[in-house]
Amino acid sequence: MQPQESYPLANEFVLKASGLNVYYGESHILRNVDLQIPKGEMVCLIGRNGVGKTTFLKTIIGLLQQRSGSISYESNELLSQPPYQRARHGIGYVTQGRDIIPFLTVRENLLLGMEALPGGMAKNRHIDSFVYELFPILEQFLNRKGGDLSGGQQQQLAIARALLGKPKLLLLDEPTEGIQPSIILDIERAVQRIIQETGISVLLVEQHLHFVKQSSFYYAMQRGGIVSSGPTSSLSDAVIQEFLTV
Amino acid sequence: MDLIFSQLLDGLSIGAVLLLAATGLAIVFGLMGVINLAHGEFMMIGAYVTFVVQNIFRPLGGFAFESYYIIALIASFLVTAIFGVVLEKTLIRRLYGRPLETLLATWGISLILIQFVRSVSLAMVIGIAVTALLGWALQKFLPLPLKQASFASYLKGVLWTVAGIVGLIVISTTASIGRFFSNPWFGPRNLDVTPPKWLQGTWGSIAGIELPGIRIFIIILSALLIAAVVWFLTKSVWGVRIRAVTQNREMSNCLGIPTDSVDSITFGIGSGLAGVAGCAITLLGSVGPNLGGSYIVSCFMVIVLGGVGNLLGTIIASMMLGIIQSIIGSGSLLIAFPDMPNSLRSVVEFFATTSMSYVLVFIFIIAFLQFKPTGMFPQKGRSVEA
Repeated sequence: MQPQESYPLANEFVLKASGLNVYYGESHILRNVDLQIPKGEMVCLIGRNGVGKTTFLKTIIGLLQQRSGSISYESNELLSQPPYQRARHGIGYVTQGRDIIPFLTVRENLLLGMEALPGGMAKNRHIDSFVYELFPILEQFLNRKGGDLSGGQQQQLAIARALLGKPKLLLLDEPTEGIQPSIILDIERAVQRIIQETGISVLLVEQHLHFVKQSSFYYAMQRGGIVSSGPTSSLSDAVIQEFLTV
Repeated sequence: MDLIFSQLLDGLSIGAVLLLAATGLAIVFGLMGVINLAHGEFMMIGAYVTFVVQNIFRPLGGFAFESYYIIALIASFLVTAIFGVVLEKTLIRRLYGRPLETLLATWGISLILIQFVRSVSLAMVIGIAVTALLGWALQKFLPLPLKQASFASYLKGVLWTVAGIVGLIVISTTASIGRFFSNPWFGPRNLDVTPPKWLQGTWGSIAGIELPGIRIFIIILSALLIAAVVWFLTKSVWGVRIRAVTQNREMSNCLGIPTDSVDSITFGIGSGLAGVAGCAITLLGSVGPNLGGSYIVSCFMVIVLGGVGNLLGTIIASMMLGIIQSIIGSGSLLIAFPDMPNSLRSVVEFFATTSMSYVLVFIFIIAFLQFKPTGMFPQKGRSVEA
């Protein structure tokens, strides 16, 4: 077991979760979770399957409601705001299942990403070309149905869609799961570039070691609680063995 | 042959009404998974709105009366749409994810609406207004500690009961004042709507067969409205939002789409379409409290046959149902082919009533679903298999 390292003090956090307890019905999923995301950094949440990582992301976006504890986002407490309001405040969410709207075209899916901007789709009709720079394949497939894309293409579409909402905090849930290696590299590069160029913060849930190592800090989760955290550079082989399915 | 053709037109116009109503039902079902058993009663409301508008315009006479039907179309859409939005916000929203309860609740609403139009009078309207105002005011001006008490929800129930009792007292006292207050507006009997003159006659003829204005008007109206709905759903911003929420509610919510507004708007449009269908029905027959019940079954049959969320299927299914009802149900086959063999004749006679033509349609649907369980045009592609 890795000794608990004290988290380096960052001046500003985009998100601070403290003492979160979340239940599915009567089963206790998250236990007293504390997690902080500094501005402009990528933080990685690791842990084996079923420990509560996705539950944590769903609580941040508001699909699940905590029973106790607080989530403070940009120094404001997110109480019972529904997900669409949190999205408008700048939280972008890329789910594990990618959740592309299947019978809408790629263009419409991208436009939906701008629902999080003031005025929504009605005021924002132009798709910023930087998403085509990041993922050139999307521009070719604009008029295809989202559901007809391959898994990797859907993943790129999901990230592009989230980025068009100009989020301040991007939640990525296992973006490389079940995706061919060449596209994994594309996605990693894209996420790196986004962080450098736009200065947004990213919370990454990931099993893929190479991607994990690109984050600045890590949190390791076990049975719904954070059991280890620190700078990713200090991530030892023992921790990796324990928390990643390598 | 003339007879068959005119029955065909009849069938198409009934089908056009079914198409409007079934489209409204299908949009709501597709988005929210809510089977709205009160949909037929929304049609009835639309029909009664038409009757009221007619009575307002009748004394004006002349051009004003001639154009009342257009105003009635708009009014019936708006009134039923508002009604639908109110219903969604107050009741149906609380029952999402509980299809059985929703089914029961909407059925209850349909019964309430039927009885409401039978017995609505000025006294009743005053009583309901008093109940609503009193109930709202009692909640509003409740002292804060009571509002936050653990028994607050029970207290609310008691307060609304009190408001209801006061409302009942108001109804009985105002009703006893005089006939002006207690006379029911519509009563249980059927009422008639007179179509304006420009709809009554024939609109020209094709190959010697006259085209009745009312039938043609309904078919054109339905075609235009369905085109408008398709445009709205595919091209407008709210249409994209509605389709997104229909296909993936949670993700749409996470993207920033206000799902509660989408629900209200969709329910409003679905109800409004039922209202317009009701307005069209007034041209085909009389208006009565039980009007909705006879159409809702046909609407469900259309949806089962055509498939939910499938426009082409819905169009074909509703036209087919309308034609079967009007050609076989009316017995016009017997008149058109007087010299058919006796054995066939008795079979045709057997089905030549409205209810037996329904039986025929049901047999057809059951047989059809054995071969194509997902409807006429099932959706294909990668996303269906996933």
